[in-house]
Amino acid sequence: MSKAKDILLRPVFFENPIGIQVLGVCSALAVTSKLETALVMFGAVTAVTAFSSALISLIRNHIPSNIRIIVQMTIIASLVIVADQILKAYFFSVSKQMSVYVGLIITNCIVLGRAEAFAMKNGPWLSFLDGIGNGLGYGVILVLLGFIRELFGSGKLLGFTILSLANDGGWYQPNGLMLLPPSAFFLIGFFIWALKSWKKELIEKD
Amino acid sequence: MFEDYLSLFLKSVFIENMALAFFLGMCTFLAINKKVETSMGLGIAVVVVQVITVPANNLLFNYFLKDGALGWLGQGSVDLGFLGLISYIGVIAAMVQILEMVLDKFFPSLYFALGIFLPLITVNCAILGGSLFMVERDYSFGESIVYGLGSGFGWALGIVIIAGIMQKLKYANPPKAMKGLGLVFITVGLMSIAFMSFSGIKL
Repeated sequence: MSKAKDILLRPVFFENPIGIQVLGVCSALAVTSKLETALVMFGAVTAVTAFSSALISLIRNHIPSNIRIIVQMTIIASLVIVADQILKAYFFSVSKQMSVYVGLIITNCIVLGRAEAFAMKNGPWLSFLDGIGNGLGYGVILVLLGFIRELFGSGKLLGFTILSLANDGGWYQPNGLMLLPPSAFFLIGFFIWALKSWKKELIEKD
Repeated sequence: MFEDYLSLFLKSVFIENMALAFFLGMCTFLAINKKVETSMGLGIAVVVVQVITVPANNLLFNYFLKDGALGWLGQGSVDLGFLGLISYIGVIAAMVQILEMVLDKFFPSLYFALGIFLPLITVNCAILGGSLFMVERDYSFGESIVYGLGSGFGWALGIVIIAGIMQKLKYANPPKAMKGLGLVFITVGLMSIAFMSFSGIKL
């Protein structure tokens, strides 16, 4: 059981997909100007990674190795279509805000990366857990970014006012930069800085 | 007519830069940021693929997938819109494969220059993103060619500039934990601010 737990928790801190492996950065930056979209993206990516890993692992012994990428892409694309349709049905306004980034889960390197690196070599149950673990590692950063950007950018969390804004007679002057693209790059940069200062062995050699 | 195309081109290169305003294709971007030559090669490969796949997907969307698009087959009530994602990625994968074979046969020198980057491009978000934006904004066929060219070029411009900066930064002395990836992100953030200054331009 400890192996399963290890597979589930390792990607969250030690092999964080965004901070260390640099996978799936695109969407992490684009959907985090609000906490709500970040949470929805987290859910969608975790579900797609977990199920695609499990499915690919189930048929891993039957995939000819020279067309494996196409097979993996087809499975992933089908799952993303399902996720997209569910979001359109139940979270329409959020899925409108996320626009093309739901579809871009297909090319999110985390999904294909885990399929290729883990699911092709391990059983379905472990692959499923690995998918969840990597989804969590991705989600931790996404939620953190969404939290910081929405709180300091517009003084709200999930649409509720937390810091009362100056133009509504409150005290907080919102930091507009937080809502703009560059802040996401800076925040991830600082996050990596913090992570590597804490875990010295991750520092890059020349 | 010409002016419309020109402004669409400039808009997709500078104002809506794929890499710096929409964060697309960052994975490949971060993996190969070390050298100007390699990023130039990847950039050209992306432009070529983008110019082919965006119009191809535009035709696919307008004649097969759009609501009521199957009218020419007498099946006007069929809406295949939900098949969009899987078809676009299929077209992209197929086009990249064909391009690879054509280059190998007719332009071997170009094939060796681009060779290693072509397979990577299938999973480059900038390519799929270009097709998805094209569908979302409902571009015509002509516009989709211009948009493909512009967005590919903008992306290439972004990565070549950053590769240049990273090459110079090798001689800088940042905090140890900031070295490499952390520094890349900060640089890209600053670049993104620089490109935002274009956003005030009305075309």
